[in-house]
Amino acid sequence: MKTFRIGGVHPHDNKLSAGNAIEKLPLPKQAIVPLSQHIGAPAQPIVEKGERVKVGQLIAQAASFMSANVHAPISGTVTKIDTAIDAWGMPMPAIYIDAEGDGDEWLETIDRTPDINRICKLEPEQIIEKIKDAGIVGLGGACFPTHVKLMPPPGCKAEVLIVNAVECEPYLTCDHRLMLEHAEEIFIGISLLKRALKIERAIVGIENNKRDAIELFQKMADRHFGIEVCPLKLRYPQGGEKQLIDATIGRQVPSGALPISVGAVVDNVATVFAVYEAVQKNKPLIERVMTVTGNSVKHPGNYLVRFGTPLQDVIDAAGGIPDDTGKIVAGGPMMGRAMQNTDMPAHKRTSGLLMIPASESIRREPQNCMRCGQCVEACPMGLEPYLLIRLAEQKRWDEMEQNKIMDCIECGCCLYSCPSYQPLLDYVRLGKTTVGGIIRARNAKK
Amino acid sequence: MNTILISLAVLGGIGCLAAIILYAVAQTFKVHEDPRIDQIEAVLPGANCGGCGKPGCRGFAEACVKAGNLEGLRCPVGGDDTMAKVGAILGIEVTAGDALVAVVRCNGSCANRPKTSQYNGTRSCIIMNNLYAGETACRYGCLGCGDCVAACQFGAIHMNPETGLPEVDDDKCTACGACAKACPKNIIELRKKGPKNRRIFVSCVNKDKGGVARKACKAACIGCGKCVKECAFDAIVVENNVAYIDYTKCRLCRKCEAVCPTGAIHAPNFPPRKPADTQPTAPTQPETSQA
Repeated sequence: MKTFRIGGVHPHDNKLSAGNAIEKLPLPKQAIVPLSQHIGAPAQPIVEKGERVKVGQLIAQAASFMSANVHAPISGTVTKIDTAIDAWGMPMPAIYIDAEGDGDEWLETIDRTPDINRICKLEPEQIIEKIKDAGIVGLGGACFPTHVKLMPPPGCKAEVLIVNAVECEPYLTCDHRLMLEHAEEIFIGISLLKRALKIERAIVGIENNKRDAIELFQKMADRHFGIEVCPLKLRYPQGGEKQLIDATIGRQVPSGALPISVGAVVDNVATVFAVYEAVQKNKPLIERVMTVTGNSVKHPGNYLVRFGTPLQDVIDAAGGIPDDTGKIVAGGPMMGRAMQNTDMPAHKRTSGLLMIPASESIRREPQNCMRCGQCVEACPMGLEPYLLIRLAEQKRWDEMEQNKIMDCIECGCCLYSCPSYQPLLDYVRLGKTTVGGIIRARNAKK
Repeated sequence: MNTILISLAVLGGIGCLAAIILYAVAQTFKVHEDPRIDQIEAVLPGANCGGCGKPGCRGFAEACVKAGNLEGLRCPVGGDDTMAKVGAILGIEVTAGDALVAVVRCNGSCANRPKTSQYNGTRSCIIMNNLYAGETACRYGCLGCGDCVAACQFGAIHMNPETGLPEVDDDKCTACGACAKACPKNIIELRKKGPKNRRIFVSCVNKDKGGVARKACKAACIGCGKCVKECAFDAIVVENNVAYIDYTKCRLCRKCEAVCPTGAIHAPNFPPRKPADTQPTAPTQPETSQA
């Protein structure tokens, strides 16, 4: 079975909610819709206070090429355009919508029938345009606008579409459930993306802990031309873009380059489903599947959540916060960030909520580095975390840049593997932010 | 015998020749350096703290000699005495500058600003700031991990375990500004030390609207503007919901401190106020009004 070449760790996968079907969460009374749910410039609001909106109506427009549209997740009245506090205490611009009635009055153009629409006669450019209009971003976590990926820069040519169905983060099961329940739609989505990219080949990478999904997809793939299923060995961070390309097609993306430089376009399986809904059903991206899980959570499960729903509502649906909770993490345990509050609304970026018991969330006292090299062995990008932490401590930013700090994908393998509990990721992240700022300032000067 | 004499003569000859070559080379490639640089460096404190903005004391000495005047050049650590000596070496009259001191503009002590979360990552402000807004609901306030304490070369800052805030020792502080640079929230400011270390400043940098700021911290500046109205010297401005006192205009009358509803304005080292029946808001000359 295939996997990527260097580094990686194997944490226990703890997929507690893998057997629980996706449940639809009731709509919130008030939806707080952040304008920056993606990488790039925040969207510009095009509605005004007091305006009535329907579900799926465009409420904020992409501000530049690297940006994404935002649509109303519920119907009702725009009460204010203000800032909201995110889960880390920082303000973010947001549109507040108060529900009217049941808040579920949709735009007429959206096809809400459960039938699967298999026929698509659109040209590639039209498909990309529809994806762009629907505000689709990568739902794997980075929220990179999908239409940008589908338009390779001049000189690059896409050869293969890799669908990321790895879900290597422990605990998270939202993509797994989506694959089991919407396999057919996902295959239509893959065909649409293939057509948009004008390519013949697509590979779906699935980790071996999702055997049912692999079987189902392999059966489906027999009926679809040019779609292969590639079962992968269990190893974190296989869902990283560069790791997945290495694992599936054996090509290594050079330092600082984009996947398109080796002819690959990677899209998450949830993104592919969103593409199907946008192109075939005219439905913009207004909801996503979230996993709420944790060892002591009453009903760990997968919930279809409209954007703008307070995370507290999502937690309540899963039986509330258990008493022994020490940390609530947005995302998975490896790459997620512990939250300061649960008032933040769900948006395109929130893939899961993990409630970790207090006894498991303690960070142990760091001991001296003993130069064992575990972190170097674990790093999937071939960096030297033990060196980077010392450079960051001493604020030697230029040397950090020479040591390819910007290649770090912040997967946390170094921290996971360190027997001395050195705060490797903390300092590496600090270095990455600082060096990133220095590079941006330098580029701006040129 | 002859062998010894010959070898002595040869070695001596080589030695003399080498000495002549070395002397000639030294003279030809001599770097002419102003002797005043060495003199100035000798009178500087030698802390190499970078507080003057130059790379160490030597760098400052070179900059002084190169510029020929002392405009914009000041050694905050040495203060007026050192600058007078530097001026004497350069033959320039030096005007006395304001003695500055680092001021921590946050009063979010444990009592004033309750914690809403607990951070158990690396105890470093800059890392915490990189991760999230902080342990309290105020995202502008002190994070309390002590990056400023670590940055101070003079041992002038320590964390007060009761308040969880850093405290500056006025006598030890040399106003080199290292703490201000180390603080990721830009809370620490260099302000005029003031006569008898008396100074007035707004001990808050929260730019949130009044209600939000007050909810996060009892001692927050809510930007109400009462102090602006009270100030007779136009020294106070409210910008982005937070008041700022310009220390070049402030005459230390303490009126603003009296009207501040949240106690965000601090006036350390003043004598206690007179009882309420006398005029508490009368402008006092701090030098003469010792209680």
